[in-house]
Amino acid sequence: MSELVRRIQQAKATGDFRALLDMIPYARWLGIDTEVIDGELVGKLKFSDPLIGNPVLPALHGGTIGALIESTAIFRLFYAAETVVIPKTINLTVAYLRSGRPVDTYAQAHMTKHGRRVASAWVEVWQEDRERLIATGTVNLLIEPLTARTPEASASDDP
Amino acid sequence: MSDAARSREEQLELYDQGFTQAVPHNRALGLRFVDFADGEATIVLPFAEHLVGNPESGVLHGGAVTSLLDATCGAAVFMKLQSPEPIATLDLRIDYLKRGEPRRDLCCKAHCYKVTRHVAFVRGIAYHDDESDPIAAASGSFIIQGRGRPIVGKVAP
Repeated sequence: MSELVRRIQQAKATGDFRALLDMIPYARWLGIDTEVIDGELVGKLKFSDPLIGNPVLPALHGGTIGALIESTAIFRLFYAAETVVIPKTINLTVAYLRSGRPVDTYAQAHMTKHGRRVASAWVEVWQEDRERLIATGTVNLLIEPLTARTPEASASDDP
Repeated sequence: MSDAARSREEQLELYDQGFTQAVPHNRALGLRFVDFADGEATIVLPFAEHLVGNPESGVLHGGAVTSLLDATCGAAVFMKLQSPEPIATLDLRIDYLKRGEPRRDLCCKAHCYKVTRHVAFVRGIAYHDDESDPIAAASGSFIIQGRGRPIVGKVAP
């Protein structure tokens, strides 16, 4: 079993994603974290100056909000799936509702579909006020169960 | 170098300054503005270890790809506008078309194909070196905030 799979399993079992996040260079660099708030898994993007996309306002770069949405949907799937799965993002759509202020940002993913091949999530993003969303996103994930990872399957053209 | 080539070179330098150096996140990603045309922009994301999403494959994280597509689509809008005006992403869709190759730069070319009074519509693709074999595609719309408003200042939420 690979170290990555071991850490996914550990995160699933404990709800603590830190060991897994530690292994993902981009998540560490960007400042992506998770918290469990009232029993719900919440993705967090810790604010730092390099996240700014508009220095005049200032406002967060739209790409960083997209990164939080995609990551939170994937974490939610790890958390919800019965077995360890390696999801691949098929697509994501982000609606930017308000400019992201230079503070910490949170996201919560709701699984709208959890099929055998595809999982879909709807993601809410907010900052200081949970009721005041700064973005929403939808993410479609292709599910590849570990047991189905035959050489034939890994040679497929899927993203 | 001819005068036209020199002036294009200078313009490219200016755009690189404006779109990638002056924007903290674009600068942090190491983005480089490499080409432009009417309503078109091309930006490169050089591979870096800290941008990896899967440590076992060495492929870039989707978040870095999203930032590259968003930045390039926004730049393409500016290439279409008659004068610089503040814009904001309204909506962005990213499709992942095929697995990226490990430890390789990603190039993004975006085209703003329609601008109305308040909205710009853009498409973009990201690829390693062959435009006809894209890794990801984006489709986005941007609000043009400048029309009838001062360039600097917060837009009411």
